[in-house]
Amino acid sequence: MADAHQTIDAEVKSNDVVLFMKGTPQFPMCGFSGQVVQILNYLGVPYKGVNVLDDEGVRQGIKDYSNWPTIPQLYVKGEFVGGCDITREMFQSGELQQFFTEKGVPVKQGA
Amino acid sequence: MRERRKESLTRRREAATQGRHSPRAESRPGMSDTTPTMKSLIETRLSDAFAPVRLSVVDESHLHAGHAGWREGGETHFRLEVVSDAFAGKSRVERHRMVNAALQEAFDRGLHALAIKADAPAP
Repeated sequence: MADAHQTIDAEVKSNDVVLFMKGTPQFPMCGFSGQVVQILNYLGVPYKGVNVLDDEGVRQGIKDYSNWPTIPQLYVKGEFVGGCDITREMFQSGELQQFFTEKGVPVKQGA
Repeated sequence: MRERRKESLTRRREAATQGRHSPRAESRPGMSDTTPTMKSLIETRLSDAFAPVRLSVVDESHLHAGHAGWREGGETHFRLEVVSDAFAGKSRVERHRMVNAALQEAFDRGLHALAIKADAPAP
């Protein structure tokens, strides 16, 4: 468990934008993960997708890491942003674009 | 296989209807087959925790048939909308955490996916 926590912590801290998801950005294995992938791709934000299905420890550990019971989970500059619903709500209201910009993460112009 | 699914769907629908008419039926002692449906468990926990002015809980398990987390019998994927004064001044993450915490028992019982819309009433 400690190992999973370290793995997760390292991913969160070494990548500006990390999405813990089921499947990969190229091939999401869950509709909720797929929605967040679509939003990030649309915004042209560089991000790392971590497939929790590859590692049972990470799959469980990520739920404890942020006290959040479901996947996907989006992290920006070490900060937990939310799951699918929150990411989508923020995207639809324009807050997500603003949030990325404030965090110094480049967003595609016009997105 | 398909027929059996249909049968169990019908049974679930009946159970849900009963639940609506007597939401506390599950606590009656000595009754078998009275485990609360996941939907009624979610509704009860949210009502108790937040005294919502609006609450809608929809079982969307059938939409996820056959993929990760789904299982025969359903009751794994839900969508809920809850409006309560309890969410006033809370961030999105805080609101979702409040809902998730209130539904710990549902997650323990196999709730797999939960789409949440949690808001304070419009001023």
